[in-house]
Amino acid sequence: MHRTGELYGQFKTLEQQKDTASLGMWIFLVTEVMFFGGIMLAYTLNRHVYFTAFAMGSNTLSLALGGFNTIVLLASSFTMAMAVWSSQTGKKPLISIFLILTIALGFVFFGVKYVEYSQKFRHHLVPGKSFNIFYCVNNPAGCPDMDAAELATEREELDKAQAQDPDLNAHAQLYYSAYFGMTGLHALHMVIGAGLLFWLLKESKAGRYTPQWNTPVDLVGLYWHFVDIVWIYLFPLLYLIDRHK
Amino acid sequence: MSTQPNHRDPQFPERHYLNETYGIRSWLLTTDHKRIALLYLASVTFFFFVGGFFAMMIRLHLLTPSGYLLSADNYNRMFTMHGVTMVFFFLIPSIPAILGNFLIPLMVGAKDLAFPKINLLSWYIYIVGGAFTLYSMINGGLDTGWTFYTPFSTVYSNSAVAPAVVGVFITGFSSILTGLNFLVTVHTMRAPGMTWFRLPLFVWTHYATSIVMILGTPVIAITLALAAMERLFGLGFFNPAMGGDPILFQHLFWFYSHPAVYIMILPSMGVISELIPTFARKKLFGYHFVAAASLAIAVIGFLVWAHHMFLTGQSTYAALAFSFLTFLVAVPSAIKVFNWVATLFGGSISFDTPMLYAFGFLGLFLIGGLTGLFLGCLGVDIHIHDTYFVVAHFHYIMVGGAVMGYLGGLHFWWPKITGRMYPEWLARIAALILFVGFNLTFFPQFVLGYLGMPRRYHVYPPEFQVYNVMSTAGASILAVGYLLPMIYLTWAAFFGKVAGDNPWPATGLEWKTASPPPTENFPVTPEVTWEPYDFHDRPDLGLDVTHMPEVAPAHGDD
Repeated sequence: MHRTGELYGQFKTLEQQKDTASLGMWIFLVTEVMFFGGIMLAYTLNRHVYFTAFAMGSNTLSLALGGFNTIVLLASSFTMAMAVWSSQTGKKPLISIFLILTIALGFVFFGVKYVEYSQKFRHHLVPGKSFNIFYCVNNPAGCPDMDAAELATEREELDKAQAQDPDLNAHAQLYYSAYFGMTGLHALHMVIGAGLLFWLLKESKAGRYTPQWNTPVDLVGLYWHFVDIVWIYLFPLLYLIDRHK
Repeated sequence: MSTQPNHRDPQFPERHYLNETYGIRSWLLTTDHKRIALLYLASVTFFFFVGGFFAMMIRLHLLTPSGYLLSADNYNRMFTMHGVTMVFFFLIPSIPAILGNFLIPLMVGAKDLAFPKINLLSWYIYIVGGAFTLYSMINGGLDTGWTFYTPFSTVYSNSAVAPAVVGVFITGFSSILTGLNFLVTVHTMRAPGMTWFRLPLFVWTHYATSIVMILGTPVIAITLALAAMERLFGLGFFNPAMGGDPILFQHLFWFYSHPAVYIMILPSMGVISELIPTFARKKLFGYHFVAAASLAIAVIGFLVWAHHMFLTGQSTYAALAFSFLTFLVAVPSAIKVFNWVATLFGGSISFDTPMLYAFGFLGLFLIGGLTGLFLGCLGVDIHIHDTYFVVAHFHYIMVGGAVMGYLGGLHFWWPKITGRMYPEWLARIAALILFVGFNLTFFPQFVLGYLGMPRRYHVYPPEFQVYNVMSTAGASILAVGYLLPMIYLTWAAFFGKVAGDNPWPATGLEWKTASPPPTENFPVTPEVTWEPYDFHDRPDLGLDVTHMPEVAPAHGDD
């Protein structure tokens, strides 16, 4: 390949190069839709069959933390869009500022996710041999972060669910398989996205992005928004099952 | 050869992609699609012979009814590793990653694929995935069958399932990136005058293949990821002990793995669509229909997956719909076959080696396709499900179809790739050996399956021995048929007769540049002014057109 400035050797014009890159990114996002589609199908099927267990599992998640993370991600999409805008309008210092903000919001998301995950580990809510959805109500000492009132409500709900679905403990694992599978893959995508943002930051500090050539900012932006949209689906699917009562 | 004399002494170009730079680094870090194609050629050939070794072990074991060679457990591992290697590491990358990689930029008149670095990345991903799978193989192998059905693969199997599943998962991304590269290249990198309906059908079929790769492969990726996480971390989607559903795995698996059959056969159909007009000296009959049929196969191919699951207790109505759609997907395939045959009609046919492979393809694909319809019949499938009939059917498609096309294409474009001709007579004999060996191997398996011999069994009743002996004998002949091209094509790459730019001659843009082509493919961006497969308005081909039919006579010989 022969590099001539910003134009790669296989292209004739910058415009062709930009169109090509953006078509490639959109097709890549299509593959991502299919990728998440598979696990969402598994989710849908199991939620349909084991609704009680899924509602029970969903109720153990913290609406506050999930909602907070949703706002954080939406904000990061805004700062990402601003970074793209800054690169298109030639405001070079702003690009880096907005990229740093986006990265920071991404790390806030990771932090909250860490809090949520570690709580699930402590509460024995990770699929596998030690999974026990009754762990907290039977061992209050193991769950110091839940007060007596919370535990009482939970026991009541668990008993009700158990009456409807005698194999609740097994089926609840399917909910947590979905929870960890989907949020885990989403988090993995965010880690990759954060890596890309760091790379953009390095390049933007070197002043590489101009109104004539800012394709990487544009494309990483698309990717970041996609990952954001995935979360917009995951939040209601995982956190908001049967919350209306 | 009757088709040679249009060339004054063919010259070997002084500078070309093979001697542009030297050294191992110039190969391992290349972004030239032609060199990457050769990297793929080497690695895919390696996996082909690994898979072939497992095939020979299977056939040797089945020489006797009680099977002396392998234990039952090792037999399971052999057929599994044969399937995994051949499907994921040979058939899927073979034509697209080797011939497609080499030819698509040349055929559309571009300097390279749209994303040369991603192209190299996809080769490395393939190698990493292959390494994982090889690791599984030398660590005792796996015994789940190439389909990795759960919960056996996720809970019960004691073999090295996880590394193989991870290997196949990783390799999937190489396929996705190749498909993405092709799709974007066809959209944005075409030379001036190369309109959509001037694209060679090889490009059209690769376009359709890319759609399948892009929409299907991510689904197998997530499915295998879930299966791997289930085995490693205890997720439960496919585990009945937690209320999970093994049939869900089958649905997700076949949602990719049926269309994957079209990843294997469509590129081969593309090769055949190039070979037949070239060696019949005639415009391809019904170009638009053949192009559209490729897309139709890609689309309908996504809607037939549950015909692999007629015996899983799915709803009768679902089975009816899938059976109907299975018949429907045969229509575009038949359109292609009829158009190829119609192209031959009234053509001035020469029997060069690539054409022999094309003829082999036509016959074998026809048998493979028609027996596919037997299997798509709900009632018949109950009788022949999971028997050798199925094995024979898909080998007729995958080996008889895909590999015949692959070898035909390799011979056809070998002069372009290396600049040198292979030994024609030896190649014709090898093609004949392959055809005989193939039929001797797999035709008896139709009979075996019809008589009720189940697939994947390591022993069988003595009355089936004669067919199994025939099959094993055929496999040995087949092995000779595969070794011969490997040897003489390698020899020809160094010592063959200089081929010249367009030895056949053929009409595609790839023949307008030197053989082997320069790194930048075309010294000047070419401009396309002719219609595809048009031998008449091409004085540059040096053909005497007065005795050539322009199109097939519409009403027979009148």
